[in-house]
Order: sequence, then C-alpha cells, then structure tokens
Amino acid sequence: MSNKSGRGSFDGATPYDFGGPWSPSDIELARRQARKKRNQRKALIAALSSFLVLGTLAIIVVTSPGWETLRNTFFKWAYGFEILPKIILGFGTNAMLTVIAGTSVALIGLAIALLRTSRSPALTPFRFLATVYVDVFRGIPMLLVILLVGFGIPALQIKGLTNNVLILGTLAVIITYSAYVAEVIRSGILTVHPSQRAAARSLGLSHFQTLRHVVLPQALKRVTPPLLNDLVALIKDTGLVSILGVTDAVRAAQIQTAKTFNYTPYVMAAIVFLIVTIPLTRWTDRMLRNSLEKQNAQGQA
Amino acid sequence: MTTPVLNLKKVRKTFGNEVVLEDITFSVPEHTATVFIGASGSGKSTLLRCINLLDQIDDGQILLDGEDISGAEINPDEVRKKLGMVFQSFNLFPHMTVLHNVILAPTKVQGVTKEVAIEEALQLLKKFGLKDKADQYPDRLSGGQQQRVAIIRSLARHPRLLLLDEVTSALDPVLVNEVLSTVRDLKNEGMTMVLATHEMGFAKQVADEVCYLHSGRIFEWGSPSQILESPNRAETQEFLRRVHDAGRL
Repeated sequence: MSNKSGRGSFDGATPYDFGGPWSPSDIELARRQARKKRNQRKALIAALSSFLVLGTLAIIVVTSPGWETLRNTFFKWAYGFEILPKIILGFGTNAMLTVIAGTSVALIGLAIALLRTSRSPALTPFRFLATVYVDVFRGIPMLLVILLVGFGIPALQIKGLTNNVLILGTLAVIITYSAYVAEVIRSGILTVHPSQRAAARSLGLSHFQTLRHVVLPQALKRVTPPLLNDLVALIKDTGLVSILGVTDAVRAAQIQTAKTFNYTPYVMAAIVFLIVTIPLTRWTDRMLRNSLEKQNAQGQA
Repeated sequence: MTTPVLNLKKVRKTFGNEVVLEDITFSVPEHTATVFIGASGSGKSTLLRCINLLDQIDDGQILLDGEDISGAEINPDEVRKKLGMVFQSFNLFPHMTVLHNVILAPTKVQGVTKEVAIEEALQLLKKFGLKDKADQYPDRLSGGQQQRVAIIRSLARHPRLLLLDEVTSALDPVLVNEVLSTVRDLKNEGMTMVLATHEMGFAKQVADEVCYLHSGRIFEWGSPSQILESPNRAETQEFLRRVHDAGRL
C-alpha cells in the first residue's frame, strides 16, 4: 500500500536489487520446449485421425454401386442452380413466417411465463389455463398441431374464420412455439435469486416494478442463448407448414421434384436453410459461451 | 417523552412449528443505534426482515413513529418507503450501473425526477468516495465497495430508519473496515439504525444499546460496555467467550 517498490525495500531509500529484468530460466525454457513438442504431436494425431475417418467414409460412399445414380438424382448442380430462384422465392415465405411467428411467440411466450410465475389470486383461472396450455402443446408433435389447425378450423365452417393455409399454418407454429418459449422464459425468471426480489421490495418497489426493473431484465439476459436456439429451430420448422400446401422453400422443391423426378431441389432447399441457420447457430454458441464466462467470472468475484 | 422511531411489542415469529422469535420487545429512540448480537440462527436476520415486512410476524406489534405497521390493512410498499435495508450479500442489481442502482428507488418509488436523483446520487457517492465508480457495474467492484454502494442505495431514499443485516459478514477482513467506517459516519450524522452484527468491537463503537439474542429471545440488553464486558447471564458470557476464542472481539 505505502511501499510501492515491494517487500525488499528496508528503509524506503535503497530499493532491493531484484536482479535486473526477468529472462526465462533454463527450467522454463525446457518446459516450453516440451509443451511445444506435445502440442505438435496432438495436432498431428488430430489431422491423421480426421484424414483416416473422413477419407474412409468418402471412399465407402463414392465406391458404392449406387453412387452414380445417387449423384445424378441428388447432386445435379446445373439443374439445381436452374431452379434455385424458385426455392429462394419459396424461402421468402419461410422468412416472413419466421418474423411474424417469432414476434408473436416472443410476446405470447412472455405473457404466459409472467402469468405462470405470478401469485395474484385474481389470475388463478388463467394460471391454471396457462399450465394446461403449456403441458398440452409441448406434448404434441408440431406436425399434428399444424394438421389439426390447418384442416380442423376450416372444417368448422364458421363464417369469418379464414381458410387461408398460410395464416392457419402460422397460427399452428405460434401455438406450439409459444408453449416452448414460455417455459424457457419462466425458467429464466425462476433463476433470478430471491435476494434480488427482497432487495427491490425493501427499496419500496412494488411487485410489478420489481418484475419490470429487476427480475425480467436479468431473466431475459440469461435466456437469450436458449431463445436464439429456439429461433433456429423455428426457422427450420416453418418448413412443416408446406404440408398444408403453403408454397415455401420445401414445397417449392417438392413441386420441382414432382416434375422431373430429380431430388436435387431438396438438396438445394437444404442448402438455403443452412445458409441462414449455420451463422445463427455459430452466433448463438458464441453468445452462450460469453454469458457462461461472465457468470463464472461473477461467481469468483 | 418523545415517540421512539421504532417500537416492537411482544413480537413472535414462527416458521411452521419452529419458533424463531418470541416475546421481542424493544424500542429505538431517534438518532440511536440498537445492535443485536447472537449466534447464527438466533433470529437476528429474521427480526430485521420482520421489521421490513419481508416476513410476516405471528403475534405482537411493530410501531414505526407510533404508527402500527403490522396491522392487517397496512400496505407494505408504503411502509418500506420509510425504511432502508442493507443485506449481508449486498444484493446490488447486477444489470445496472452503480448510479442506476442508487437512483432506481428515488425515481420509481419516490417520484423524484431523474436529474435531481442523479445529482443527489452523485453527491452521496462522492461523499463516500465512490464517485468514480458511478458508471461501473457491480461485478467490477470489490465486496467492500459493493456494500457501500448498497448502503448509499438505501440512503438515497432518505429512510427514517436503517436496518443493517450483518453487512460485513461476506467481506474479507481488510474490506470490513471501510464498510464499518461508513456506518460510523452515518451514526455520527444522527441516522437511526438497527444492526445485526458479528463484529463486537464495532458494536461497542456505534451501539447505544446492545441486545443479546438467544434462540429467538432477547436474553439481555443494556449499554455496550455492560453487555460486552460484564454480562449478567451465563448464555451471554458463553457466547462472548466463544466469539473471543474465535478472535473476533
């Protein structure tokens, strides 16, 4: 504190001689050498093993008797690029659906999560309904929900209800994903330590203010990585509405394959999805890692 | 005789079948500090939480400036506006800067404008030597600094009474002093306080009255020198002997 030069200074006037600037000792140099050697060997083993495994796989596939046929029906690139605009056009529907459903899901999921974590007696029936809703729609395959909503609602023949498959498909996606997202957000709310609530309440903040200013900001920050994960899943799952006849990327590919009996359009559709989802997945991974690092750092503090 | 700031009458608190507080009666006159000592689990923290209405009492009465705040019709949010509480584990809001931690309650609860709240907060931070930390997030601060911010956060609301719950227990010995000197400053300025603490030396310095709490009851109370140096009851003597053996006296 008072003595800046370190422990060696006796009277403060003559600093202790630390032996000049540091240079690595022989022991340290040897250690570095050994470490470097070890790392080189690890890299060599990794490369060798990758080459062996991937090479074997490639040889098995390429030398298989059906390889030529497969290549012609699935990887006919010239044809693929020819129909690519149609698939991209179809993917526009997936993108739009993702934006609309994603926004709705975020709002509805948040509302349900808040409902399920609230303790207000007036909300008891809604809390009960929310629990039933989440249990039911997390437990049904989304494809079934899409079929039930897409074919069930028009079958009711109620005037004013839409028969538009795009709207019904979107609705089905929203219904299913809201249930998932509500649970993710709820778990986030529950992980905020009770002492944070106690601190906020002791400052005179009301229940709602505590939620708004203290609990939710922390909860949402924590669940952002898993929510992004759900967003990636949502993008892919919008392809399921094609079963109702919505012309999305999957449906567009299907139409092409029906014409030519060549499956390259499916591969192209897959590639289009990957172009969007892979960067998003990488980004999510990075965010998750960052938030974990931050949490660990806080734990040490 | 003037009305004491805080007055507890025969307060009782249970968790299920377990009696945590029994027959707690004491009063805190204005500008004085009442310090509770006692082993872990003796009910010190629960007592403070009850005064702050974070826990409900099961019998008795709590009066703040003569007004019953334990009544059935009382709105806890209104009561808490007059009380400040500082916790053992600081409980700063990690997603807000120091400044935002301090101005949250004044702007959202007291209805102070943001400009005024910021100005006042900066003054308080400056007074306690933390002005340069205003824009930092709590995890960048040392434990002692965090606890001082927590104290400032309570002060910014001009509480009638400050409740301090073992505010130094989570700090390493070097950091304890900066927090204690902050509390001493408050005491000198006339803040009315109720404290729970393990720091006997500190209790001696700031307390006007020391209460020894033992399994939920006030076993003995009196001036700091009387309780800490010549306690009458065997339980108090035993407790102080153990504290002394642990090197905390």
